[in-house]
Amino acid sequence: MIDGKLRRTPLFAAHQRLGGKLIEFGGWEMPVQYTSIVDEHLAVRKAAGLFDISHMGEELVTGTGAEEFLNRTLTNDIRKLAVGQGQYTLMCHETGGVIDDLYAYRLESNSYLLIINASRISEDVAWLEKQLAGRDAQNPVRLQNSSDATGALAVQGPRVGEFINPCFPGPSLGGTRVDHVSELKKNQVAKVLFQECEIWVSRTGYTGEDGFEIVAPAERMEAIWDRLLEAGHPYGLKPAGLGARDTLRTEMCYPLYGHELDEATTPIEAGLGSFVSMAKGHFVGHTVLAEQKLKGVGKQLIAFKMTDKSAPPRSQYAIWGSGKEGAKMGEVTSGTQSPSLGIGIGMGYVPPQCAAVETPVEIEIRGKRTPAVVVQKPIYRKVN
Amino acid sequence: MSSVPADLKYAKSHEWVRISGNVATIGITDHAQHELTDVVFVELPLAVRKVKAGESCAVVESVKTASDIYSPVSGEILELNKSVIDTPALVNSQPYAEGWFYKIQLSNPAELDQLLDPQQYRAQIEGAA
Repeated sequence: MIDGKLRRTPLFAAHQRLGGKLIEFGGWEMPVQYTSIVDEHLAVRKAAGLFDISHMGEELVTGTGAEEFLNRTLTNDIRKLAVGQGQYTLMCHETGGVIDDLYAYRLESNSYLLIINASRISEDVAWLEKQLAGRDAQNPVRLQNSSDATGALAVQGPRVGEFINPCFPGPSLGGTRVDHVSELKKNQVAKVLFQECEIWVSRTGYTGEDGFEIVAPAERMEAIWDRLLEAGHPYGLKPAGLGARDTLRTEMCYPLYGHELDEATTPIEAGLGSFVSMAKGHFVGHTVLAEQKLKGVGKQLIAFKMTDKSAPPRSQYAIWGSGKEGAKMGEVTSGTQSPSLGIGIGMGYVPPQCAAVETPVEIEIRGKRTPAVVVQKPIYRKVN
Repeated sequence: MSSVPADLKYAKSHEWVRISGNVATIGITDHAQHELTDVVFVELPLAVRKVKAGESCAVVESVKTASDIYSPVSGEILELNKSVIDTPALVNSQPYAEGWFYKIQLSNPAELDQLLDPQQYRAQIEGAA
């Protein structure tokens, strides 16, 4: 580890106090786990978990031209957002290759907040500025990278709704108007007070469980973290690291930039076509993506499950067709042992003709071709 | 703090050795299991075979990574722990008891002198912490 070069979030001291095991992730020193990935994963599925996501970037886009600018730069239709709503969306090259996947929130009528991947902040900011250059000044757009001044955390799990309201007393002061944050619906965002400081709380997450994400000034993060840990303790809330965040999102088949997504992969290939609006008019990448939607793609993201007990599949392992005649079809992009299902799971790209659910495949695990099967996404489904 | 039993010998690569006559039992240390956490798969050499000290002879897979296990001593493998194949979590819960990996007939008992004693091993892991 290169000490002094890695960046630290406002919660670094809190992670150290909690005994978090720190690793490098996207240039940041982040907790991979506090006690055990499996324990933290299961806490999120059964009770609640608290994640530091302050490494993620925050970009504010404001001005009367913001809506039109974002609709030309991002794939989803931003006009569908009422004030206080968010959506998953992607930013692509003209080639359709993904620059980043992100969440866009409409905070006020002419004010949007983009939550972007930590590893992509500089690329995203440069791309947005390049798209802005040469626009006419009739409807101005202002970009502001507030990633350094802003922290974020996610509190996720079926019991979060039972303890979140006392932490952030309502009514909301902006965004979606609610008396209590627990009244927010999926993808809604509200401005609330925490110790007289305005913060944003949204009903979103990356785990497949109910939960909230909180965006606040960096200097308030530790107080918010401690307040949630205290309030959630009687309900089984545990601090959870990037390890559990990764196993949880893999069970849900949520993409991770650098694994399922990169500049050589399009949203259509990644199975994210529902976040690409063809009807909204032209946007960067439209031509290629429209053609792929119409004519099909050369590779397709699959989810798979190991057939028997095996060593866990891991990213970059080869995916083979089944049997002696089976040819190499592609590579695993994410793989792990599913803590919820107790079996190896993963995702990867294969030719579309090999992508049908129930297709038998083989994953090459340390030189040994091991049977697996293509399954429907998500791999994990909540049983209620 | 990791447990380092006084009656065992240790390899720098975090395996432990329990000696009984000319037979040694091999496993991985409490420190090693703690670093790995969540062991989900253990692969042991299937057939009875000879191994050399320092040879990679097993693989432990946790949720996060795969790690090679190196035999601390040379000899002929006598017995594999089937329980740890069926229940890999034994490596985490009982690293020095039910979580052992294999038993080996020592072919060169002088190699034991090259291993670390408990004090030396503790110094190594605390230096790394």
